[in-house]
Amino acid sequence: MGDVAGHRWDASQAALPAWSLPKDAVDRIALPAEWPEQVTREWAFGGSTGRGARVCILDSGVEAGHPSVGELERSVVVTVDEAGEAVVAEDTEGDVSGHGTACAGIVRALAPECSLASVRVLGANFAGSGAVLLAGLRYAVEQGFDVINMSLSTTKKPFAAVLHELADSAYFRRSVLVASAHNMPVESYPWRFSSVISVGSHEEPDPLAYFYNPTPPVEFFGRGVNVQVPWSGGRRLTVSGNSFATPHLSAICALILAKHPELTPFQLKNVLYLTATNVGGGR
Amino acid sequence: MTERGELQAAVAAGVVGSEEPFRALLSAIVEVARSLFGAKASSILLLDEETDELVFEAVVGEGEEHLLGMRFPAGKGIAGWVLATRTPLVIEDVRTDPRFAADVAEDTGYVPSGLMAAPLLHGERALGVLEVLDRPEASLFSLHEMELLGLFANQAAIAVDLLLKARRAERVLAGKDDLSVVARLAAAVDALEAERREAGLQLLRDLAATLGDRRS
Repeated sequence: MGDVAGHRWDASQAALPAWSLPKDAVDRIALPAEWPEQVTREWAFGGSTGRGARVCILDSGVEAGHPSVGELERSVVVTVDEAGEAVVAEDTEGDVSGHGTACAGIVRALAPECSLASVRVLGANFAGSGAVLLAGLRYAVEQGFDVINMSLSTTKKPFAAVLHELADSAYFRRSVLVASAHNMPVESYPWRFSSVISVGSHEEPDPLAYFYNPTPPVEFFGRGVNVQVPWSGGRRLTVSGNSFATPHLSAICALILAKHPELTPFQLKNVLYLTATNVGGGR
Repeated sequence: MTERGELQAAVAAGVVGSEEPFRALLSAIVEVARSLFGAKASSILLLDEETDELVFEAVVGEGEEHLLGMRFPAGKGIAGWVLATRTPLVIEDVRTDPRFAADVAEDTGYVPSGLMAAPLLHGERALGVLEVLDRPEASLFSLHEMELLGLFANQAAIAVDLLLKARRAERVLAGKDDLSVVARLAAAVDALEAERREAGLQLLRDLAATLGDRRS
């Protein structure tokens, strides 16, 4: 595993590079021609419950067993020790703010049969939160989750380069990173990177309404205003913010990937575009 | 060696005086925020990096008398989440969140039923959190309000940055004689009248030239 403090990335984790295509190798990368003439929502996720897709909630922890969340595939807490090494341990504390439970509940409501896991990166101390965020994301990418929900960002420039590397790494390893755009006009990461699916809020009450934004960096808008969510302590609240729009898109990604597990993040983003409410979503 | 900017901060403190005007600015910001949102209370919490705590720095409305100066762990609760993730958040019916209630309400007797919170961001740093508590229950939240909250948070962040600079300057004045002399000098020249003031300024210009300042 890479060194969090030194920001190294272990090249052995990546497959051997294929930077050219010899004539005799063309057949080996033949892709199944299953694409319909028109990509519709019915084709994309009609009948999907998310079964088989693995979604990771990188947040404040998730309250396992909440009636609106159900059981978790796993629940870990990430910390960074004095030497700067990441420490991953079973999380017995649950949710330290309630936010992660809310995100998990949004995903569960739309993709009832997906597998949910929690990677807690908040709650230890504030000072170390940036390094812990990186370590948590690195762990999530290594675990090969299909979808990583990241309803958070950092404004620290020194972390941007490592986050960028991790986001690209996730992209090439077929882990879709769904990240909250910032509500305020500040530079923060990783949502600004093109290898992630960045999400802002719309005000529609339909949880399956999502819009493509032709003027990025925010690429998609999901439901993020006055959303009923589960909260820690077995409760329910009404909440607003981009951090709640993000799990809506994560859930839709899970529905699509459960039905079409062969899709790469590049293809998935195209499917999201083609089925967006303002593009072809009505069909 | 002193940290870059400390000397200037000390001079500024000698001229400007104390942190009071900046505290007044913070109070004005929470007052306007409360009024504009029609809320019952509004507050600004600052991060104390040394103790890893959030401190109520400005409070207006319910809880005003009790909350000022109160501290709680920065990694906890809703404000802690907003600070760590640098992301604004709006929650209705906070009463049902036991953590929030335990943090604040037990000590004050005031339990809000709704909360808007935005991080105070200055460059790469998160300085604290702006909170607006208990908007009118009848009004549904909209994206317009989120934008407004962000604007207030930006303004508050600038005021907080000034307050922190003034505090740093005061620490410099209190702790280091070699720097506080500069501030005392600035304050002394500022207090001189007409001819004596001109003579004082000339003395300073000569001193600056001796120290290698070519503009003198």
